[in-house]
Amino acid sequence: MSSLLLVISVFLACAVEAVEALTIVLAAGTSRDWRSALSGVGAGLVVLAAIVAVLGPALTVIPIGPLRLVVGGLLLVFGLQWLRKAILRAAGLKALHDEDAIYLRQTAEARSAERVGRFAVSDWYAFTLSFKGVLLEGLEVAFIVVTFGANQHHVGLAVLGALAAILVVVGAGVAVRQPLARVPENTMKFAVGSLLTTFGIFWGAEGAGAHWPGADAAILGLLAFTVLVALLGVAILRRGTGPARPVPAPADSIEVH
Amino acid sequence: MRMLRAFLSFWYDFIVGDDATIAVGVVVALAATAILASLHVPAWWLLPAAVVVLLGLSLLRASRGG
Repeated sequence: MSSLLLVISVFLACAVEAVEALTIVLAAGTSRDWRSALSGVGAGLVVLAAIVAVLGPALTVIPIGPLRLVVGGLLLVFGLQWLRKAILRAAGLKALHDEDAIYLRQTAEARSAERVGRFAVSDWYAFTLSFKGVLLEGLEVAFIVVTFGANQHHVGLAVLGALAAILVVVGAGVAVRQPLARVPENTMKFAVGSLLTTFGIFWGAEGAGAHWPGADAAILGLLAFTVLVALLGVAILRRGTGPARPVPAPADSIEVH
Repeated sequence: MRMLRAFLSFWYDFIVGDDATIAVGVVVALAATAILASLHVPAWWLLPAAVVVLLGLSLLRASRGG
């Protein structure tokens, strides 16, 4: 059961970040130079793969108690940050991630930048824009893959979940050749935040020496509890602010969480 | 020096995010759980309770523009 939840968590987290990275790469490719943009994607993926390849096996040699304490704490912090943003967006207190608006803004900025070649790259701006987009959006996924995988002793399974998400998103991007604005990003972020928080609570408490009633079965109860608390948060905030209203999109387009 | 500051700022933003009290609260809750567990007191309930408090306070601050 927890292996299935592991794959779902990694798949959803990776899909959300891949949708956001795709928007940036599309902007760099269509407005500047596809070859340089795709080189940036490749370089970003190589760095992420190196992080997973180095950290994954390294974490598995750490004793399970301290590992779960640290990993649980990190996942709990990440999960609460994802949930916080998803709840604020669902309640209309924070702008939804608008891929179309971000694409237009990135394209306009990219068109006005000077074209400079460096090393073997013909357009350095397109390269760095894609590289930063893939690396920054992918870094947290790499951490989730490594920490989830090491804790469950299934780094390979976590990598498969991430690769499946990348394939789905890239496939959809190639098919429509525009930003995936219709993807329910906030719902997916809500789900990822709930799953990360659930595993963070479970592993963090175990790492600190606590024992769960029902052992692994407690994960399902914790997931239901977390989703309930988050939905309650949305309901309370909506009651305080009235119906969800559109909020202008933020100026930044590359968000870590 | 500027690069070091940017590097540290990136990792702070990556791990801590928008609300530092969440990260601090998680560390305190984990420490409290460890203390209770070492005293052989049931401690599994503490982190779920901490999630309610930390998320609630963070949302309250954000909704008030903090």
